[in-house]
Amino acid sequence: MSRGAQTMGTKLRGRVHKFGDHIDTDAIIPARYLVTTDESELAKHCMEPIDPSFPSRVARGDILVAGENFGCGSSREHAPLAIKGTGISCIIAKSFARIFYRNAINIGLPILECASAAEEAEDGDLIECDLESGVILNLTKGTQHQAEPFPEFMRQIIESGGLINFVRRRLEERKSR
Amino acid sequence: MTEKILATHSCERHVKPGQLIMAKVDFCMGNDVTAALAIKEFRKIGVERVFDPERIALVASHYVPNKDVGAAEQAKVMRQFAIEQGIKHYYEVGRGGIEHVLLPDNGLILPGMVYVGADSHTCTAGALSCFATGIGSTDLAAVMALGEIWLRVPATMKLVYYGKLNEWVMGKDIILATIGRIGVNGALYKAMEFTGPVIEQLPMSDRFTITNMVVEAGAKNGIMPFDEVTQDYLMKVAPCSQDRWEVYLPDEDAQYTEVIDFDCSQLEPLVAYPYLPSNVRTISEAVKDKISIDQVFIGSCTNGRIEDLRIAAKVIRGRKVHPNVRMIVIPATHRVWQMALAEGLLEIFAEAGAVVAAETCGPCLGGYMGVLASGERCISTSNRNFIGRMGHPQSEVFLSNPAIAAASAILGRIAHPDEL
Repeated sequence: MSRGAQTMGTKLRGRVHKFGDHIDTDAIIPARYLVTTDESELAKHCMEPIDPSFPSRVARGDILVAGENFGCGSSREHAPLAIKGTGISCIIAKSFARIFYRNAINIGLPILECASAAEEAEDGDLIECDLESGVILNLTKGTQHQAEPFPEFMRQIIESGGLINFVRRRLEERKSR
Repeated sequence: MTEKILATHSCERHVKPGQLIMAKVDFCMGNDVTAALAIKEFRKIGVERVFDPERIALVASHYVPNKDVGAAEQAKVMRQFAIEQGIKHYYEVGRGGIEHVLLPDNGLILPGMVYVGADSHTCTAGALSCFATGIGSTDLAAVMALGEIWLRVPATMKLVYYGKLNEWVMGKDIILATIGRIGVNGALYKAMEFTGPVIEQLPMSDRFTITNMVVEAGAKNGIMPFDEVTQDYLMKVAPCSQDRWEVYLPDEDAQYTEVIDFDCSQLEPLVAYPYLPSNVRTISEAVKDKISIDQVFIGSCTNGRIEDLRIAAKVIRGRKVHPNVRMIVIPATHRVWQMALAEGLLEIFAEAGAVVAAETCGPCLGGYMGVLASGERCISTSNRNFIGRMGHPQSEVFLSNPAIAAASAILGRIAHPDEL
């Protein structure tokens, strides 16, 4: 199961693409494109209403940084899928809207909540994050930040490689009971 | 209330805000956009059957009648899955409508339930004193397999409404006033508990409008105490279902992160300007701003109920839609459409020069049936006015109650019904 890749214990390094507060799911992927579930297809329209050239500027592994309430609005899982499809490896924000947060965890897209790192980062900065420890290094600025750690339960989902693998495990546990 | 419901649905005796639990799900839902993805993920789990075909609703609502080939394929995936799994509550075009109006009106959502749906406005059902929240598609796949969901127990904020409502002030204005006060992340991850004399006086339609938009304040769920109004509604939509209700009332010493009081006696109808639902002005200010409009949309899970259409028809009756305006009316469900037909409301709209479409979410999310061009402005009774929400990124959406939207259709600018 390649889905969700290996996310814990991995260091990610990439250039920053910076966005503001309250970036909503209609900005991330407009509803008119929700006629496919294919992430590379969705990625073509990622951020189209607010930054149409975004998908073409992302290099695989880049990091999206945003302000408060990232991913507010709809429950569409197509939003984190579209971001994942562009090649973004991780999202750092001051805070996330709750359904987006769930969806990202569930599909295995790494996210980190860290106000100071999000505040400081600028477009083009080189950032390295250690998903296990939550340590974020801004290599351009030479600074270090600590993200909110994931609760144990969420780490289990992430370590399983996303919710689907977690569910499989739970069903096996039930059978063996 | 929220904590009590979640405790009884988990293996815990008490639960605390912030605690992560696996909760039993009483009912779950997906629509033609989110279910297609959920079904794809469900297949990956490798389980043959859903946990309970009677506790799942699949509703074709967003892009039906199919707007294009992609939408048609997604609707087909859901339809075939419903047949394969024997899903009892599958709603086809012409027999359903928008899930957040449809499922409560069909008596499927009851007090005390844990109800999750792959649509952010699932929170609407919290007006029935249950825990209702929106989830993603992979979440829904997991729920369909397990009958459980992982949840972080939300802290609760209490909102108390006092005073007497002025004419033309509706549930929509109460929730816009609330979001305007606390902001679009003012209730992030929290439960919003709505109480007070104003809420007690409101019919279910206005209550649903309020809980519908709690997600626009970032909340996990909105909830209202069970009372006679709830009971009367349930007796109508779900007769003889009392043995399946569980009524949880707030404890005297319930813990709230904050208690916010609202004096509603000075409240006038409100308009949320682009591009956030919190960007609220009074209708008096909006009238002074002389905002011309190109389109009016009356419908959606927020304000597409029969009560909303009655108010709009009362304003429109005997008048004509302004020559520069396209007015689109979409009853939220097939049953609402039929009621509007029987009551003569559809004729009032048609006579005025409005188009009345079949039940769908359609234009609310810029899907189809009223997509905006660049530079166009729409006043809409829906719930979101983000950049490009209803079409071109350079179009604008203003949110209001149905009376304001109807008056605006006549005058071609954002207007108060008293101006007519």
